[in-house]
Amino acid sequence: MKKINSSCLRDRWLSYKRDPKSLIQLIAVSLAALVTMSALIFIIAYILIKGIPYLTPDLFAWEYNSDNVSLMPALINTLLMAVLSLLISVPAGIFSAIYLTEYAGRGNKLVGVVRITAETLSGIPSIVYGLFGAIFFVKYLSLQLSLISGALTLAIMILPMIMRSTEEALLAVPDSYREGSFGLGAGRLRTVFRIVLPPAVPGILSGIILGMGRIVGESAALIFTAGTVAEAAKSIFSSARTLSVHMYVISGEGLYINQAYATAVVLLVVVIILNALSSFAAKKLGGKNSNG
Amino acid sequence: MKDFKEKIMHLVFLLSAVISIAAVILICVFLFSSGVPAIAQIGLKEFLTGTEWRPGNNIFGIFPMIVGSLYVTAGALVIGVPIGILTAIFMARFCPKGLYRIMKPAINLMAGIPSVVYGFFGLVILVPLVRDYIGGRGLSVLTASILLGLMILPTIISMSEAAIRAVPESYYEGALALGASHERSVFSAVVPAARSGIFAGIILGIGRAVGETMAVIMVAGNQTLIPEHLTDGVRTLTTNIVLEMGYATDLHREALIATAVVLFVFILIINLSFSLIKRRGKQ
Repeated sequence: MKKINSSCLRDRWLSYKRDPKSLIQLIAVSLAALVTMSALIFIIAYILIKGIPYLTPDLFAWEYNSDNVSLMPALINTLLMAVLSLLISVPAGIFSAIYLTEYAGRGNKLVGVVRITAETLSGIPSIVYGLFGAIFFVKYLSLQLSLISGALTLAIMILPMIMRSTEEALLAVPDSYREGSFGLGAGRLRTVFRIVLPPAVPGILSGIILGMGRIVGESAALIFTAGTVAEAAKSIFSSARTLSVHMYVISGEGLYINQAYATAVVLLVVVIILNALSSFAAKKLGGKNSNG
Repeated sequence: MKDFKEKIMHLVFLLSAVISIAAVILICVFLFSSGVPAIAQIGLKEFLTGTEWRPGNNIFGIFPMIVGSLYVTAGALVIGVPIGILTAIFMARFCPKGLYRIMKPAINLMAGIPSVVYGFFGLVILVPLVRDYIGGRGLSVLTASILLGLMILPTIISMSEAAIRAVPESYYEGALALGASHERSVFSAVVPAARSGIFAGIILGIGRAVGETMAVIMVAGNQTLIPEHLTDGVRTLTTNIVLEMGYATDLHREALIATAVVLFVFILIINLSFSLIKRRGKQ
């Protein structure tokens, strides 16, 4: 089908000549998009090109020392940190979203308060979380600089993300599902776990993966809670640096610039994979959450 | 039995929902109770308006850091806001479908890149560029502003794009029907209607820029002086904490926590105006 309002290039050029302001606006938006995209491509390409040649086997040695500057222990710590924080914040986030969408009735005052506090939490800078963790978990609860202090701090930090994505996913489940379930005599609990949660899983998963990305990238909140010891953590009570903290420490020392490039490559690859997984999960949910 | 299980789980869900309230309260209580006594001891006026920060001599004035945070945030906005809004307009109204399928994930990825990676990029690319072509040591207000401008782009872009997409199509069609070109319709009818959402995005961006730590620390120079030129080094509230927390004790440590209290209050004000604007946009 031919569009009746389509115009050939010559027509458009003529109309732009008559109306230069439109042309300027067109150029401005295109230029801005070009700047944004080229900045991103430049950052990624530069780090990949500079870093990939230094991805040596040494860098992935099991033990860290000042010769090999191995990132393997930090990578293991990052994994442990992610698992530990998610173990705490995923159930809490999902359960509170269930309460907000499925249990709290309309006009429930608590819902408003929870929403405001979650919004506040998501706006707090990571360094403030880090200090809070250092005061509360490290000193007050005397967990010391440890994996668990860091994980608890991060768990609070990503809680609002998980809450929001779960809430959105639950709200996207049509009411007829719930009505059907209630109509067949199922209780509220059974309805939530058997009927409402399953179709919401991809959306929830997408939020969890994004939260993981935040954990991997976090450094300011971890320096004063999990510390900077460059060895793989032996238990949840030992201090351990994650990959981002590792990257910060070695790039600050100035001696290991090449290893820092290589570490940045690993970080970037992890983040790219997590992002892709998250949008893949969101697409599975379909509908309005599909471009997340 | 079934009833009992329902009741228990109801309680579990309720308790989970209360966690975020408890977290906010805990954060407030512990930050304020460790920071406020220090402010009282130093004196609120001396602390906020003192221009000297010399922990060795027990002189704690964070005015240079407040100014520093304001400078780099303003610089980041100068760079990030125009580019961000124009990119959002492009994505919502000008972008071919195929390109959008690449651009949208790219913007999400830009939001996901860790701040240390941004900081490292700033250190190895922006710092030498500024040093060689503009002057100074390269570690400066300007460098930090450019880097932060890049970092707040994804926030501003996604919020603005969503706001522009939420404007009813009839606005655009009405403008077209009156004879306006596609560009003029978008700029004069659609974008003004989305302004509260765009504004909310900018405020969220301000929050990001004020709170950013690790990227700024690597490119800002961190001197505790009020910068006089764009090419002078600068220290922000956030970086002050990271730089000295590792070895600080006693009053020094409490003064750093007090710095975080000031930062926290700033962020609360920013958050509050964000939700006010968002609420007004909904009405």
